[in-house]
Order: sequence, then structure tokens, then C-alpha cells
Amino acid sequence: MSGHATNLDVKTLWGGKESPFSTSYGKLMMWFFLVSDALTFSGLLIAYGFVRAAITDPTSGVQTELWPIGEETFNSLPFLGHGYPLIYVALMTFILIVSSVTMVLAVEAGHRMDKKGVVKWMIATIVGGLFFLFSQVWEWTHFIHGSEFGKIELSDGSEAIVHGEFGEIKSFRVESVVPGSHHKKGEVIKDDLMHSFQHAAENGHIYKGGIIELHDGTRAKIDKAPDHHVELIVKKSGGKRKIGDVIEGKEAIDLYYKSLYSGTPKVTYGAKWFEDGDHWLPAKNEYGHNNMHISFSLLLGFMAFMYFLELSLTSLFFLVS
Amino acid sequence: MERDDIIEYSLDGHHSEEQGKKIRKKIWQVTALLTLITIVEVALGAYIKQGSGAWPFVKWSFIAMTILKAGYIVAVFMHLGDEKKSLKSFIIIPYAMFALYLIFIALWEAFATSDVLSNL
Repeated sequence: MSGHATNLDVKTLWGGKESPFSTSYGKLMMWFFLVSDALTFSGLLIAYGFVRAAITDPTSGVQTELWPIGEETFNSLPFLGHGYPLIYVALMTFILIVSSVTMVLAVEAGHRMDKKGVVKWMIATIVGGLFFLFSQVWEWTHFIHGSEFGKIELSDGSEAIVHGEFGEIKSFRVESVVPGSHHKKGEVIKDDLMHSFQHAAENGHIYKGGIIELHDGTRAKIDKAPDHHVELIVKKSGGKRKIGDVIEGKEAIDLYYKSLYSGTPKVTYGAKWFEDGDHWLPAKNEYGHNNMHISFSLLLGFMAFMYFLELSLTSLFFLVS
Repeated sequence: MERDDIIEYSLDGHHSEEQGKKIRKKIWQVTALLTLITIVEVALGAYIKQGSGAWPFVKWSFIAMTILKAGYIVAVFMHLGDEKKSLKSFIIIPYAMFALYLIFIALWEAFATSDVLSNL
């Protein structure tokens, strides 16, 4: 096609007056790099496969129910919320393919000595690369931060991840204050609602009937739109419910709010790095069994490392060229 | 000493507008094929749940389609298909041997580890 293999001229020969595989030194070294890169990624992916296959549910021996499942975990789209299993992941891999298309078109334009074409397709490739990189940042930030429902510990001790449409929190109406409160009785709070709600939920500061206790001890009534299509998927067995059970409809909503409004910490959002500041591993996670924290630290740490590597290498290339 | 690593890009590999047209046509055809495979994958993933009866089939078809996609990308977009047969084998065979063996041995050890952990 591009004809390198067939029409080598005398100047392409290596120092020893031969060209191994009828190819140039630069190209062969590029293939060495690509193979080593492929080996690195094989090693990492297979290591992840090893951990998933090695750690199984002790009662059933099945790993798929214990571990987070791709379509349950990555089901969000930017600006559109949840309920789109793996769509964004598919979009990202497709963008990756398209930016290899634009790259190969840039190479083809180069072979025709078409400078304008090279510049055009190279810019398209860089745009595709940046889109992919920032999509990864968005996706992993979202993953670490967690969903609106979080994971809930039910009354029988089982733990379930939650899917559905979270009804918007409209306001908190202050019912009682303590000395030093920043609020007055009867005041309607409309700022920072979701953040305050999740913070209180994690610490068990939401009580029966939907009463929230804020940072400063103020107690307020939560005004919240109803949730829809709520589904609880059990990830840790309890006294009554087993791993893999799915609870839907009104029963799911009732169970969720019974725990959330119990006044004790029952909910986990995202993948937490620390617990009480003395653990160096993510102590809890929303996506599966809490004991999965070790592989999350491996994945999260690896992703952070890759961002750093990609960004620093990219800047380096721009500085050098 | 004369450098032999940068010559290729300045002296070799030219082609005419006529040949370029053909090459671009092939690139877009492969792009269309990869798009089609991706759409099939997304549709299968969206409609067939993990744990259903058809899942093992879907799982293996994902692996097959992914390898097919990777093959087209390496052969056409990375130009390995244009090289001599000896270079193709030299790149693919050692890598495939290593990866397949590592998958086999890692899973084998993982099942053994799983047995040990559940009998503690």
C-alpha cells in the first residue's frame, strides 16, 4: 500500500548493508515499542482478571454477583444522568477508533506531500485524543464521586446498590435550631442541597419522616420529589436477602428510605479513599462488596498514573517539537 | 556515520493522487466495517443481560469481534498488512504466544487461589 516493503532504495539499508524484513530501522523500532506497550497492557488486564477470578463469593463460588458489573457501574452520560448502561464506554472506544482513522489519513496525506491535508487530519486526531482523555477524567471523577442513591445497607444487614431516577431535592424547611445555628426557624434553605443531603446521609444524620440535621445542628424537613423506577441489587447477603437478589417498585423505595431515614450511617457514595483518616486504601465503595477496595485502589491509582503520564508525555512532545 | 533511521520519511513511501484515492477508499471502508461491528456489540450488550441463557454466546462473540476489530486496525491502520510475511509473524506470533499463555496460567492460578481462600 504505502509501498515501504517493496521499494527500498540503497539509502534505507542499515549499517550492515542489509534491511531486516525489508524495513527501515525507525519502523522496526516503532514495532518494538508497540509490542512492549501491548505486553504492558496485557499484564495489567490479566492481573485484573486474576484478582476477579481468585476472589469469589464464598457461599456460591460465583464472582459475577460479588464483583461490580460493568453495565451496573458505568451507566451514566454527561448532562443526561443515569440509565444508559455502557453507552459512554462504547462512545469512547469509538472515538478512539475514529482518531486512529484520522491519524492514518494524515499519514496518507503525507505520502502525497499534501501539507494542508496532514495539518487538517493531525488536528482532528489531537481533538479526538483530547476528547477521549477528558471523557476518561469525567468518567473516573464520576465513578469516585458516586451516584445520587449510593449503596444502602438494608435492615437485615444485606447491602444493595441502587438504580433509578432520583427525585430532585427542592428545599429544606428549618424546624428547629440550636444555639450557634446559622439558620432561623421557618427559613427555607435552597443552597447546596444535594451536598448537605449526602453528607448527612453518610453520617446518619437523617431521621424518620425525612428530617435532616445539618452541620450546625439545625434540623429541617426535606422537601423532595418522588423517585421513579427504583431497583435494589443485593451485593452482600444479609439475614433475609442474598447476593444477586433484585428488589423493585414500592418495596425497593420503602426499604431504601427506611434505612436512609434510620438516623444511623447506612449509605455509601462512590469509592472512598479513606476511612477515619487512618487507612491508605479506599475503605468503602458503592459498586460492590466493600472488600473489593484493594482492586479499586489498583484501578484508581493506575488511572491517576496514566493521566499524569499522558499529560506529561504530551506536553513533552510539544516542547520538543 | 550516516544516520539510517530517518531516511524513510524523506525519500520513501510516496504515492500519486491516483493511488491515494484507492488507499483512502480502503480506509473509509474499514472505518465503516469497524463502526458496524461496534454497533452490533452495543446492541448485544444493551439487550442481553449478564447471567441470561444467551450470555456465554454473547461473551465469546464479544471476544471474537474485538479480536477482529484489533486485526483490522493493526493490519490496515497500522500498515502491518503491507509488510513482508516474515515481519508480520515476527510481530504477532511471540506476542500472541505470551498473551495466551499468561491468560491461561493466570486463570489457572486464580481458580486454585479461589479454592484456597474459600477453604480457609
